Amino acid sequence: MEAFQRIHSRVVAMDRANVDTDAIIPKQFLKSIRRTGFGPFLFDEWRYLDRGEPGMDCTDRPLNPDFELNQPGCEGAEILLVGQNFGCGSSREHAPWALQDYGIRVLIACSYADIFYNNCFKNGLLPIVLTKEEVDRLFQEATSSDYRLKIDLESQTVIMPNGDCLNFSVDGSRKYRLLNGLDDIDLSLQYSDQIREYESKRRKHAPWLFRELLPL
Amino acid sequence: MIMSGKTLYDKLWEDHLVHLNPDGSSLIYIDRHLVHEVTSPQAFEGLRLAGRKPWRISSILAVSDHNVPTKSRELGIEDPVSRLQIETLDQNCRDLGITEFDISDPRQGIVHVIGPEQGATLPGMTVVCGDSHTSTHGAFGALAFGIGTSEVEHVLATQCLTQAKSGNMRVTVNGNVGPGVSAKDIVLAIIGRIGTAGGTGYAVEFSGEAIRSLSMEGRMTVCNMAIEAGARSGVIAVDDKTIDYIRGRPFAPVEDQWPAAVTAWRKLHSDADAVFEREVQFDAPSIQPQVTWGTSPEMVVPVTGKVPDPDSAANRVNRDSMKKALEYMGLRPGLAMTDIHLDRVFVGSCTNSRIEDLRVAADVIRGRRVAANIREALVVPGSGVVKRQAEQEGLDRIFMEAGFEWREPGCSMCLAMNADRLEPGERCASTSNRNFEGRQGYGGRTHLVSPAMAAAAAVAGHFVDVRTF
Repeated sequence: MEAFQRIHSRVVAMDRANVDTDAIIPKQFLKSIRRTGFGPFLFDEWRYLDRGEPGMDCTDRPLNPDFELNQPGCEGAEILLVGQNFGCGSSREHAPWALQDYGIRVLIACSYADIFYNNCFKNGLLPIVLTKEEVDRLFQEATSSDYRLKIDLESQTVIMPNGDCLNFSVDGSRKYRLLNGLDDIDLSLQYSDQIREYESKRRKHAPWLFRELLPL
Repeated sequence: MIMSGKTLYDKLWEDHLVHLNPDGSSLIYIDRHLVHEVTSPQAFEGLRLAGRKPWRISSILAVSDHNVPTKSRELGIEDPVSRLQIETLDQNCRDLGITEFDISDPRQGIVHVIGPEQGATLPGMTVVCGDSHTSTHGAFGALAFGIGTSEVEHVLATQCLTQAKSGNMRVTVNGNVGPGVSAKDIVLAIIGRIGTAGGTGYAVEFSGEAIRSLSMEGRMTVCNMAIEAGARSGVIAVDDKTIDYIRGRPFAPVEDQWPAAVTAWRKLHSDADAVFEREVQFDAPSIQPQVTWGTSPEMVVPVTGKVPDPDSAANRVNRDSMKKALEYMGLRPGLAMTDIHLDRVFVGSCTNSRIEDLRVAADVIRGRRVAANIREALVVPGSGVVKRQAEQEGLDRIFMEAGFEWREPGCSMCLAMNADRLEPGERCASTSNRNFEGRQGYGGRTHLVSPAMAAAAAVAGHFVDVRTF
C-alpha cells in the first residue's frame, strides 16, 4: 500500500448527510471481479445523467452539472468534505475502493458509519473526524474551487489557508499503518517467523493437516 | 483461583494461536481455506497488485458453486457475469496451482458439501471461506467461520487471520426428537427461541442427546444455521460418528497417520467443568416440524401452528417488523400454516442437499405426484458425488416420476445467483437457510422447512405435517 504523505489539495465539499455505500458505488458494479477501476463510477447515479453499467466507457457520458464533483476546478481533488454518517448501508468494500480509485485520499466529516470507517483504513484512505462546528466552518469556507487544505497525519492536523490548525485524533496503530503504507497483511507478515515456526511445529504434530490436495 | 476446564472452542482457539497482539486481538493460523468464485476474484487481484504469493497452496480447495447453472451445462454459462466469475476462478487456480473442482469435475458441488465429503474438512482444523455458511464445518469439531474478501486475501497471503476471541455459549438439546422431526427442525426451533442475534459474539457449541443422536449430515445442518442465530461459528464435539464419517475419504489422513490423528481428535470436546458464559436448554421431544412464516429465520412456528398476529408482539419494533414481513409474504394473522399454498419447492442448498436429505425427501414422495398447483419442484444435489450416489440408489427416478426436476449440483435457488429463481410473488417451500426479502429472486416468498416437509408440501400443494402425511 502507498505510504500516506502530507497532502495539500483542493477540497470538494459535499454537504449531504447519510451518504450510503449504494450512492458511493451502486450495486450493479458489485458484479465486477476487480477491485480497481471503480473511480469513473464513483457516485455514479448522482454524477451522470444516464445509468452506468459495469465496463462502460464514461468519457462521453452526460454529466450532471449540479453534482459537486463536476464543478470546475474539482479535478484532481484528494480531499472530500462530507456530511455526517458518511458511508452508511451495505458493508461493501467497493465504496472505499471507488473513492481510492478516483483519487480521494482524505475524507473529513463529523461522523462515519462504523464498517465503512474501518474499511477506509484497510484501503489507504484517511477518514478524519472533526467536531460539527469545525466541519460547518470548513463547509462555509470551502466554496471556491481554489480552496485548499493541508493534511498532516504525523501531527494529526488539518491546516487551513489562514494557518489555523484543526486537530484530529486517530488510532495509533492505524496511523502507523497509513504513514508506513502498511496494510493488514503487511502487519501480519511482520510475524512471518512466528507463523513459520508455528507451522513447522504443527506439521510435526499433525502432519495429516498438511496433506497435498492432489488431483485423484 | 480455581481453574475451570476448557470449552472445545477454547481448545481450538489456543491450538491455533500464533501471536497475541497488544490490543487483545490474536493472529490465528488457518489450516483449510475453501474458495469459491464470488468472493475470491478481488482477493486474488489484491495479491497480484501487491506482488504477493499464497502462503500455502496445499491449504486451499477451490470450487465454483454460487453461479453455476444446474441444467444444460454442456451449453456453457449464458449469463456473462456468472461466466466471468467462474472463468476467473479457473484462471486464478491454474496460475497459482490451486486444487480446484471445476464445473466439469465429477466432484464439483457446494463448497460446504464437498469439504467434508472429500475429507478436506477435518476435526481440529480452522476452516475459513468467503461465505457465512462456513459454520457448517464446525460439525466436525473444527473452528469454522465465514470471512470477507479482504480477509480472503489476508489468509491467502499470510495463512493467518487477526481475530478477537468470541465468547462461549452452549445450546443443549435434551432427549430425542420424535419421528419426522429432523436436524433442520431442531435448528429452526433454536433460532425461533433465541433469535437471529441470540448467538452474536459467541461461538456456539451444540450438545445434548438430540445432537449426539444426529448423523454427521444432520450435525452439519445444525452448524450450518449457527450463523442464522448470529454466531459466526458453531461446533460439535468429536465422537465415533465423526471419526467413522472421515475414515476412507479421499483427503483423510493416510493410513500410517490415522491412529495419531484419531488420538488427537478424541480430545476435541469441552471439559466437564468448562464454563460457558451463556447456556440455553431445549427439550427435544417437544420440537415439532417447523415452518417459517416471515422474512427472517427467527420468524418460525410449528407446522401445527398459525401465522402469528403482530398485535401479540412484545413491543412496537417487533410488531412493525412482523407487519412488514406479513405484508411481504402476503399472509394474514391466524392463517393455519397448513393452509399456505405453494408455487414452487426447492430441495437443495448447503443446509439440506446431502444424500440423507435426498433419501428422506424421496421416501416421502415415493409413488406420489407433485400437486398440480406446484409450477416447479427442484432437487439440486449438493455435489456430483451426492448426485451419483442418489442415482445409484434410484432416487433420481423417484423424484422425476413424481414430477420433480433433477438438476446438476450448485447453490441454485438458495440465493438465485444463477437462472434458478422465484418470480415476484411466488411462494416456495425451501430447504435452504435464509428467507430474506428477495433472497430466492426479486419479490419471491420463501418458507424454510426440512427436506421431508418440503417433499410433503410438494405432493400436497400446501404445507402438511409430515408426521401424519
